[in-house]
This record gives sequence, structure tokens and C-alpha cells, in this order.
Amino acid sequence: MIAYLVTIAILVSIAALVGLALNLQWGQAGLVNFGVVGFVAIGAYATALLAPQIGWFPAMLVAGALSAILSAGLALLSIRLEENYLAIVTIGFGEVVRLVILNEGWLTRGALGIADIPRPFASLGQAIGGDTVFIVFALALVAVVFALLECMARSPFGRVLRAIRDDATVTAALGKNVFALRVRAFAVGGAVMGIAGALHAFYLTYIDPSQFTPIVTAYAFMAVIAGGRGSNFGLLIGACSIMALLEGTRFLKDFVTVIDGVQLSALRLGLIGAGIVLLLILRPQGLAPEPKRRAADLLSNDERAA
Amino acid sequence: MTAGPLLEVRDVAKRFGGLAALDGCSLALEAGQVTGLIGPNGAGKSTLLNVMTGLVRADRGSVLFEGRDVTAVSAHRFPALGMARTFQIVRELGSLTVFENLLVAPRLQTGEGVVASIFGRRKWWAEESANAQKAKALLDRVGLFRLADHPSGGLSGGQKKLLDLARALLLEPKLILLDEPGAGVAPPLKIEMIRLIRELKAEGVSFGLVEHDMHLVGELCDRVHVMAEGKRLVSGTFEEVSKDRRVVEAYLGVAA
Repeated sequence: MIAYLVTIAILVSIAALVGLALNLQWGQAGLVNFGVVGFVAIGAYATALLAPQIGWFPAMLVAGALSAILSAGLALLSIRLEENYLAIVTIGFGEVVRLVILNEGWLTRGALGIADIPRPFASLGQAIGGDTVFIVFALALVAVVFALLECMARSPFGRVLRAIRDDATVTAALGKNVFALRVRAFAVGGAVMGIAGALHAFYLTYIDPSQFTPIVTAYAFMAVIAGGRGSNFGLLIGACSIMALLEGTRFLKDFVTVIDGVQLSALRLGLIGAGIVLLLILRPQGLAPEPKRRAADLLSNDERAA
Repeated sequence: MTAGPLLEVRDVAKRFGGLAALDGCSLALEAGQVTGLIGPNGAGKSTLLNVMTGLVRADRGSVLFEGRDVTAVSAHRFPALGMARTFQIVRELGSLTVFENLLVAPRLQTGEGVVASIFGRRKWWAEESANAQKAKALLDRVGLFRLADHPSGGLSGGQKKLLDLARALLLEPKLILLDEPGAGVAPPLKIEMIRLIRELKAEGVSFGLVEHDMHLVGELCDRVHVMAEGKRLVSGTFEEVSKDRRVVEAYLGVAA
């Protein structure tokens, strides 16, 4: 049971990283990204291919950087597009990444996948239990990324992104370079998605294309919607709730005897969908509100008040 | 300061498909004045305002601000030149608080950089504090400070117009172009708006305003350009143009 809870905690950590990234891109900056899974896959494959050669930490950094560069590139090409068209381009990107991974076997070993990805602190893990070390690593990674993104969200950068989300034309008329700001937001989000992919690869130690289906993107959107667009704290709650629902409903079969396990597993996803719909009806702003700067914080000139 | 008008539009044309919104329009806004742009619906006033502020690129002609050609300058560079604008249908940044709406405006914010937002906190916090004092002064001036921490989406139409103007003022512009500042504003706030614009003019800010409310135009404008069918029809003081036969015809659609 402990092992199972550890597994869930690590899966929540990965989902939280992906969700935090999407919360920056879509939640704060208003940029739809339906290709989230593509950036996660790039991070995972970069890590899988590089970690045995250059070590886990440099590989993770490269995974983040590569994903950030590709995000920036995609944004430069398509971000002038209206919201709906950006959505289409990103869906396409996600699919292209999956197909490239599947077919460029010389690099990715295609459908066979890549095995034996080294974990961080592997020697320490052998000494005191691999999963214990790994869960500390995963939670620390989430904590660091959360802290950095939360600083960003509460800074003028976060505020100008929310301004762009509300009305890009007005923000441009106020002298802001909307295009450059959007590209930056997209790139930072991409970096975090790449790092989430690295964590995914480290944890499973084996990756193949079947792990990177659009459902990963859907879970990220669910977490952002449930948590409340723009709130990083809400996102953490959202990611936990979604994973708890996903995993918790597995045990329903122990209590429900009317229908069999196969039917129940089909119902599970339906239940999560219904949960999201209910949440949107009952609490459309999500679980936690977006952080706002109060005038008094700045006027008292007391930095601790922030 | 260069001699000549503050803002000059020379022979500007702009077509949207088969519709000529602007068709060889030339006019000027003088420094230190409030210049009105009036005319019937479809005369091209709002398009002209968009061309003047870089939101719409003209097909032909040029726009000069302080003698400098700004025809091809992107919208987001205008505040740095000293020009700000407001919008006809108020486009407040609805999920931001009233105070945050103002704090977005100041130029050259260190904290808008990705790295600086995290590691340059001391520097941007100092900037924010300074900007906050200016923002408070402006909100006090337009009477909105008591609503500082409220979401701006919940303001009334008139309050949003005042917020829009206060936000433009934080850019410290020489010229502010107002797109229908009186539309949808309750009468008491309209008086407030007129008082504020007069005060600002006395402080040296120049204004251009597109407006349908003739009372407001008469109260505020030193000079008025009447537009019709994408061109300037008549210019003069409000009293002069309101007596002009061509203006009456343009508004009422009487065949010339």
C-alpha cells in the first residue's frame, strides 16, 4: 500500500509540473496549448538519450532547454494567430512529435522505447530505498518550480501576462510588446514541460511513444480548470484532486458489485468528466483565486507584506 | 519641440475590402489644445484614431508626431514617443484590480523580464512602489481609489472610462487620444470627465477626441474637425462648424 501511495505521489508530482507549465501559458497568458504532451515527450526523450552519457542533471537541464527552444520557435511561428488557430497548430505539433518519435527508430528506437534510464541519486537510492529518495527528489523539484513560477506570477511579468490575456490590444496600446511577452511565457512553460518529461523518464526508467498520448494534455487542462485559471496554488490542489479521482475510482470495484470491473473502468473517465462539469457549474472560478496585488502592499512600501 | 502641429495626418487612405473607411484624409492636432473629431457614423473617425496610434496600418499617406514620421511604427511603441489613447468601448483589463490596471501601464518595468521577475525583485519592488504612489495620486484624482482593490470588470461604464484615462495618464503622454470619452457615462461622471480634461489641458497635456456628444465637444474643444466619408469636411471652432451648412447636410444626409 505504501508503495502504491508513493507511486501516486510521484504521478501527482509529474502532473503538477505539467499543470504548472500550462497554468503559465494558458491560465495566466491566455495562450491555448493543446500540444502539451509533445513538449513533455521531448523532455522525456532528451533525458532518456542523454542521461546515460552526460549524467542526469545536465540531461534534465538540456531537456528543459530543448523544450523551451522548441516552444519559443513554435510560438514565433504561430503566436500571431488568433486563439483558435494557435490551438490547432499546437494539436498538430503534439501529433508530429509522437509520429517522429515512433518513426525515427535510429534515434528513439521507435515503438520499442528506451529502457534503463538512470535515476537521480541512484547510489543513494540503493542504500536507503529507491522510492524514498525518488519521492523526495520529485517533491523538491515541484517545490522549486512552484516557488519560481509563483514569484513570476506575482511580479510585473505575471501581471502583464494577465493583462494580455484580458485584452491584447489594450496592452499593446499601453506600450507593451505583446508578441515578445507571449513568446517568453510560452518558452518558460515549455521549459517546465520538458523538466516534467525528464521526471517522467527518471521515474519509469523506460519510455515509449504509447506513454505520450493526448490524454496527458487533457489531464493538464483538467488540473488548471479545477484549480482555477491563473492560480498556481489552486493548480496543485487541482492536480492532486484529478489524480486522486483517477486513482481512487480504481477501488470503486471493491464496493460496487452491480457492474463488473471493465464497465467500471469505462465509467471512471466519465465520472471525472462529470466532476469537471459540476465544478464549472458550481465554482467556475476554480478552487483557488488568482493572486492579486493589494494597493496597500505597495503603498506601505513594506516588502514583507508581499 | 518642433514647430508645426503636434500630430499631423497627411492624405491617409484605408480600405477594408470594398469599403473606403478613409479616403485621402488630412488634418492636424495642435499642441496645447483639445481637438475634436466629429462626424456621422461611418465617417472614419475611429479608423483614423487607429491609424494615428499604429493599430491599423494606412494604405496610403503618412502620420507625423512632432514632425517625425510614425506611420509604420508599431502600436506598442507609441507610449514611448509620448502618445496614449483610450478606447471607445471600454476595454478594461477585467480580471485585474483597478490598481493593477494602472500598474501595468508604466514603461520600462524591470519586473517584466523573465529572469528579473525572480532575481531582480529588490529593483522592481522599488519601481513598483514609486509607480504605486503615482497610481494612487491618479486614482485619488479621478475618485476611484476607494475601489483600488476591486476587479475592474465590476466598475460602471463611466468609472471604466475614468480608469482608462487614468491608465493613459500614467504613461505621462504629451498627447492623449480619447475615443468617445462620454459614451455610456452617467451625467455626474460626465461633468467630472470634463473638469478633469480641462485641468489636464491646463497642465499642458494635449487631447484629441472622437465624440458624438455635442455638449461635451462644445464644452471642451478648442478646434473641431468634421469628417464625412473618410475625409475632412470642415474645420474651425465648434460654433463655426455647427453653423456650417455642409456639416448639417453631412449629419442629416441631405443631398448636396
